Amino acid sequence: MSEQQHKSTRKASEPEAQADTTEVDAERKEKLDDDVDSILDEIDDVLEENAEEFVRSFVQKGGQ
Amino acid sequence: MTVRRVQGSEVEYGIAVQGQPHANPMVASTHVVNSYAAAHGLTRRARWDFEEENPLRDARGFDLSREVADPSQLTDEDMGLANIILTNGARLYVDHAHPEYSSPEVTNPLDVVLWEKAGENVMRLGAELAAKIPGTAPIVLYKNNVDNKGASYGAHENYLMRRDVPFDQIVEHLTPFFVSRQVFTGAGRVGQKQDGSVHAFQISQRADYFEVGVGLETTLKRPIINTRDEPHADPKKYRRLHVIIGDANCSETAIYLKHGTTSIVLAMIEAGFLTRSLALSAPVTALHDISYDPTLTQKVELEDGRTVTALELQGEYLRLAKEFVAREGSDEQTDDVLRRWESVLDRLARDPMECVRELDWVAKLALLERYRERDGLDWDHAKLHLVDVQYHDIRLHKGLYHQLIRTNRMDRLLTDDQIAATVTDPPRDTRAYFRGMCLAKFSKDIAAASWDSVIFDLPGQDSLQRIPTMEPLRGTAEHVGRLFETSNTASELFAAITGR
Repeated sequence: MSEQQHKSTRKASEPEAQADTTEVDAERKEKLDDDVDSILDEIDDVLEENAEEFVRSFVQKGGQ
Repeated sequence: MTVRRVQGSEVEYGIAVQGQPHANPMVASTHVVNSYAAAHGLTRRARWDFEEENPLRDARGFDLSREVADPSQLTDEDMGLANIILTNGARLYVDHAHPEYSSPEVTNPLDVVLWEKAGENVMRLGAELAAKIPGTAPIVLYKNNVDNKGASYGAHENYLMRRDVPFDQIVEHLTPFFVSRQVFTGAGRVGQKQDGSVHAFQISQRADYFEVGVGLETTLKRPIINTRDEPHADPKKYRRLHVIIGDANCSETAIYLKHGTTSIVLAMIEAGFLTRSLALSAPVTALHDISYDPTLTQKVELEDGRTVTALELQGEYLRLAKEFVAREGSDEQTDDVLRRWESVLDRLARDPMECVRELDWVAKLALLERYRERDGLDWDHAKLHLVDVQYHDIRLHKGLYHQLIRTNRMDRLLTDDQIAATVTDPPRDTRAYFRGMCLAKFSKDIAAASWDSVIFDLPGQDSLQRIPTMEPLRGTAEHVGRLFETSNTASELFAAITGR
């Protein structure tokens, strides 16, 4: 069973191409920064509205 | 050598009733469990059978007396709280003030991920159904471990081990491994110290709540190695290693590596392969120090005087594992765990952010750092605490982990369809198959069940009939699958098994 389940897994990280030049790095960083902006925008949309109130009232009883 | 071993996990979920911060969490937890039971025809609610539970039995060979035990340690006294068995062989119940899902016994780490993830689906649905009870407010569940105000609740692992392995060997070789494995099992936390009074990030949710090296307690003075000795199986042959130091992971890779690498280290301990001690001078302090340093450069001191990083300690266990495999051979899943373990350690050493698609603490830290940068927030800002907690919200449209999955920013090992199937189906290769199938086919005739028994209440019989299941690898589909195909009633099944 478990062998089949592995079909959907990604190969453990392939080494990144070694030929990165500084220029490519900069381009990649810019792309990453764009992605970062879009992540935060998306998350802003789902974050609970009143952070302070939420955090103050998140009180749990101890468990194991 | 193999990662294959009978194992499972238990997760206590954080619980909040929206708009009612003072709502009784026991009541809310009970609503979640009972709503799920009622909606799934588990209305007779086969009770949990506590006969074989010994939470005060210590692996070092003595029993703690009930008089000196803290009331929270008496987990075998049926509090009248909801407690049911699911058709997938899992236990769904209320433990202290949290709903808890204990996975069925499985035989390998990838199956742990499957049936633990099934538990998230169960909890999600239970909470949704509970919200439909007239007069109740929405209940939100969190797969995390802390409220950052002093309370912690557990995510435990269980591993079946040979009884004849000396416990001091387990303590000696497992402690440095547990102290350092947080570099990939950590779920990340905003706040240091139990009450979060130091405003900074740390790798592990649970680290601050561990105060001693070895002990029986699980609710106070928590130990790195827990000595609870309830094998739920033949005690002459087996012990169940009850591991309480892990974080509740959302990441499939983290759950997989947590169980996979631990299984590998246990295999080496059982074989007597680990001879050189990596004992730490001060394990509890090292646990905290490592957790407090997301750059992973913190050094900790070994008893032999050397100082090493957590990554170096893990690297040493990995090196030994590869040596052991070279000698003993392995199998496909073991090779996969070793490959991923090595890859994660290599990348963490270069730059932890290279594991942002796989590990909870890195994914969470990446989000937090971006908020800090964009909005100029300090670590005491409520928004960062909110991101920390909401990462673990199990609702698909609100949980930030789920947001990362949905937008393909984190890797998966499993598909939604695979997980959906395990919500109802038991593993086929352990006794959980027998337990789950009994519930699926004959739930109205099952009076109670536990890890090591199923108790029938058969029509026309005055007394209850108990079928012990003390061997975790019996009662599999291979052993009893045909009996379920040929038995039309619980009485027929019982007769076929017992000859009565």
